[in-house]
Amino acid sequence: MLNKFPLWKYLLVLVVLVVGILYASPNLYGRDPAIQVSGTKGTDADLSVLDKVNATLKEHNVTVKSSKLEDGQILVRFKNVEDQLKAQDLLRDSLSEDYISAINMAPAQPEWLKALGGNPMKLGLDLSGGVHFTMEIDMATAVDTQLEQMEQDFKSDLREEKLRYRTIRRVAGSERLRVEMRNEEDKDAAERFLSTRYPLNVYIDDSSSDNAFYASMSEQKLKEIRDYAIKQNETIIRNRINQIGVAEPNVQRQGAERIIVQLPGVQDTARAKEILGATATLEFREVDEDADPSAALQGRVPPGTEVIMARDGYPVVLKKRIILEGSHITGAQSGMDEYQRPQVSISLDSKGGAKMNAFTKRAIGKRMATVFIEYKPSGKTDENGKALPPIKVEEVINVATIQARLDRSFRITGIDNPAEAHNLSLLLRAGALVAPIQIVEERTVGPSLGQENIEAGMTAVVLGFAFVLVFMLVYYKGFGMVANIALGANLVLIVGVMSLIPGAALTLPGIAGIVLTVGMAVDANVLIFERIREELADGRSPQQAVHFGYDSAFSTIFDANITTLIAAVILFAVGTGPIAGFAVTLAIGIITSMFTAIVGTRAVINLFIGGKRIDKLSI
Amino acid sequence: MQILKLGGKTLPFMKFRKFAMTLSTLLILASFVSFFTKGLNFGLDFTGGTAVEVGFAQPADLKKVREAITASGFEDFSVQLFGSSKEILVRLAPQGDGVKAEVIGNQIIDALKQTDSSVEMRRIEFVGPSVGEDLKEQGGLAMLTALICILIYVAFRFEWRFAVGAVSALLHDVIITLGLFSILDLEFDLTILAAILAVIGYSLNDTIVVSDRIRENFRKVRIDDTIEIIDISLTQTLNRTLVTSITTILVLIALFVWGGQTIHGFATALLFGVFIGTYSSVYVASAVAIAMGVSKEDLIPEVIEKEGADLDPMP
Repeated sequence: MLNKFPLWKYLLVLVVLVVGILYASPNLYGRDPAIQVSGTKGTDADLSVLDKVNATLKEHNVTVKSSKLEDGQILVRFKNVEDQLKAQDLLRDSLSEDYISAINMAPAQPEWLKALGGNPMKLGLDLSGGVHFTMEIDMATAVDTQLEQMEQDFKSDLREEKLRYRTIRRVAGSERLRVEMRNEEDKDAAERFLSTRYPLNVYIDDSSSDNAFYASMSEQKLKEIRDYAIKQNETIIRNRINQIGVAEPNVQRQGAERIIVQLPGVQDTARAKEILGATATLEFREVDEDADPSAALQGRVPPGTEVIMARDGYPVVLKKRIILEGSHITGAQSGMDEYQRPQVSISLDSKGGAKMNAFTKRAIGKRMATVFIEYKPSGKTDENGKALPPIKVEEVINVATIQARLDRSFRITGIDNPAEAHNLSLLLRAGALVAPIQIVEERTVGPSLGQENIEAGMTAVVLGFAFVLVFMLVYYKGFGMVANIALGANLVLIVGVMSLIPGAALTLPGIAGIVLTVGMAVDANVLIFERIREELADGRSPQQAVHFGYDSAFSTIFDANITTLIAAVILFAVGTGPIAGFAVTLAIGIITSMFTAIVGTRAVINLFIGGKRIDKLSI
Repeated sequence: MQILKLGGKTLPFMKFRKFAMTLSTLLILASFVSFFTKGLNFGLDFTGGTAVEVGFAQPADLKKVREAITASGFEDFSVQLFGSSKEILVRLAPQGDGVKAEVIGNQIIDALKQTDSSVEMRRIEFVGPSVGEDLKEQGGLAMLTALICILIYVAFRFEWRFAVGAVSALLHDVIITLGLFSILDLEFDLTILAAILAVIGYSLNDTIVVSDRIRENFRKVRIDDTIEIIDISLTQTLNRTLVTSITTILVLIALFVWGGQTIHGFATALLFGVFIGTYSSVYVASAVAIAMGVSKEDLIPEVIEKEGADLDPMP
C-alpha cells in the first residue's frame, strides 16, 4: 500500500519531537541573576555561611528571590542585576577569604526538568555580555629562565664534583651555554658527568678544539618547558578568575602558545582585565651581606650579584642564584602571629620545600629577599608585525632574616602593618609565572549591547519565520501547512539539540544561522512538493505522485545538504567564537531539517492520505 | 499557486549563455580591478587595532568626542556614528610604543566620560597584529579547504565536469561578492567571511539540485542534444529555484532590517550572495559543464537503478 508508514516510524517521529520539546523547554523559563558562593580551598559552604549570607543581605535591604545550599555551594537568586551586583560587593566584604562569591545567570527551569538534564542554551559573550581574551605566552622568556637556571645548576654541580671551570656563560643570541674548563682532562670529566647527570635534558656538543664545549637543552626538554609554561599559565589564570568572581568561566588552550579566557556576564570589565592582565613572577634570592649597596649602586657590583631596588626606594644587593621560584608557592595567607604582629604564612610544594630546606640549613641568620618581577608589554612590534617581548621590571618587596631551617611551610614576619601583609600575601598567591603572558586579543561586550543583540536577534527570527510561514501557506496550501509544521518542529529541535550539547553556545551569528536554516530548510520541502506537482502534471494519481515525489527528491536533498554540511564543518574547524557558533547552528539545522522535512512531513501526509482514495491534493 | 506557469514549454536558457558568460567575466574583471586598485576594506579582525563602541544618553557630539580622544594622547583614530545618533564607534590603528593594549579601550572610555558622564561602554575589541595575521591566514585557508572538499565530493558523486562547473560557480560567487565589498568599500571582517562560506553552501545547494536534474534527464529523456537537455532540466527546476530563493531572501530581509547593527554586514553579504548564487547555479555551473564538453555518454553507465525501483514506502 502506498504512503503508509509502519507504526514504528510514526513513533520515531513522535519520540524525537517529544524529546526535542522537552529539552527545548528550559529555555522558556529564562535565567535569574544570581550569586554563587563556594569555598576556595576545597571547603564546602555550610548552613552557617548560608545564614550569614542571608543576614548580610537582609541587613542591607537587598531583596532575595531565593537562596539555598546545594552540593556545598550557595546559590542566591535576585530579581534584577542591580541587586545582584550590590550583593556581590556586600558578600565580598563580609565573607572571609575562604569563600568567593561569583556572579551567575542561574537557569530558572523547574527541578524536574533539571533532574532530567534539561538546561537552557548557553549564551555566547555577544549575547550575555562579558569578556573574551586571547592571551599569548612569551615562550622565549620561559626558555631564557630555564637556561639561566641551567647555568647556575652547572656551576654548583661542577663545584661539588671539584671540577674546576674557567667560565660558564650563555652564547649570545642562541640558546646554548659555553662551558670552558681548565684543561682537557677536566673537560672530558665534566662532559661525562653532565651528560650522565642530565641524560635526557642536555645535549652536549664537543666540536670546538679548545677546552670548551657547548651544552644546549634537548628538544624534549624544550617541549617540556613550553608545556609547563602553558599549563602553569592556565592554572594561574583560573586562580585569578576566582578573584574576579565569575561562575562559568571558560579557559582553554589554543594552539601551542595561546590561552583563551571567556568570562560571561562580567559587568566590571576594566577590573577583570586588570586582574588578568597583571603578569608577575616571584623569586626568593639571598642577600649578599658582604656587599655595600651604595657602592654597588655606583657600578661596583661584586661578581655573581646584582642590585635591585626595593619598593621603598633603597638598593639591595642580591646573589644572582635563585633560591626558589615563585612557581613552587602553593599558598600564602596574611594574619597575625602570637604577639599580634602582622605576618604572612607561605606554603610550598614538596620540590620547593626540599629546595628551601637545602638552602636554609646553611643560611640561618642570613637575609632572604622576595623579588617581584612584572612584565609590562613593550607595545612594540618587529618588522613582521609580531609583538616584541615585554619589558622586565624587578622590585624587592620584602627582605626577611632566616630564623630557622625552613621547610614546606614558613612565615615571613616583621611586616609593618596588616595592610602590607595582606598585599604581600596577594602578590605571593597571585602565583608566579615562569613565562610572562600578554593579551593579544580582546572582545568585550557590555551588558546593554548583549541585551539589545538578543532582542534584535529574536525579532529577526520571529519575523523571518513568520514571512516564510505565510509564503508557504499561500503557495502550497495544505502541503504548505505541513511544511510549516515541520519548520516549527525543526526550530524546536535546533533549540533542543543546542541545549543538550554542553559546548554549544548561542551567539548572534548563531541566531543568524538559525534564521538562515529556516529559510533553507523549506528547500527540501520545496523540492519534494515541486516534484509532486510535476508527477501530477505527468498524469499520475495523487497517491503515486506523493510516493514518487518523495522518492526522487531524496537523493537531491541529500547531496545538496551534505555539501552545505561540509562548509559548516570547515567553518567550525577554522573559526573561533561567534563564527564557530554560526557553524554549529548551521550544521545542527541542516541535520534536523533533513529529518523534519523528509521524515516529519511524510509522516503527517501519510497520516492524512495514506490508504485513502484521494482525487485531489491541496498543493 | 505557481510563480511561473509554463505549461510544458521549455525555456531556452542556454541560448543566452554567451551573454551570461560575458556578463560574469565582466563582473569578475571589475572585481579584480577593484581588488588591485582599492583593495578590500579589511576590518579590525584582520588588520589588528582597537575598536570601542560607546552609547550616549543624547545624540553624540562627534567633534567633542574627537577632541577628547586627541587630548588623551591618541593619534590615528577615526570616529563614526554606529547605528544611531547616540552610538559611536571609535577605531584606533595598532598603537605604537609602550601602550598596554588592554587598557586602551578603558582609556578611551575614561576620556569620553569626562565630556559626558552618560557614556556607557557597549563593546571593546582589540586584536593584536599577530592575531590579525593568523586570522587572515586561517580565513583564506578555510575558504580554500571548503572549495577543495566540495570539489572532491561533487566529483565523486557526479562527474568531474560537473564538479568543475560547480566549483567555478562557487568561485564566481565568492569573487563577485568580495568585489562588491571592495567596490562599495564595505568593511570585511570575520562575520563577512562566515557569510561568504554560507553563500558557498547556499549556491552549491542550488547547483547540486540543477546538476542532479541534468544527470537524471541525461538518463531518462530520449534526446541527444546536450543543450536541450540542460534547458529542460533548468526549466523543470526553475520554480523550485525561485521559491527557495524567495524564502531565503525573506528571512535575510528580516535579518537585515531587524537583526541589529552588528550583523548588518553579514546580512548584506548573504543577500547579495543569494542573488549571485541563484544566477550562477543556472548559468555558470551549466555553461561551464557544457564548455567542458559534458555529454550523455558520460552519464549513461549507471542507468538501471532508479527506473526499476520497487514501490516500497520510502522516506
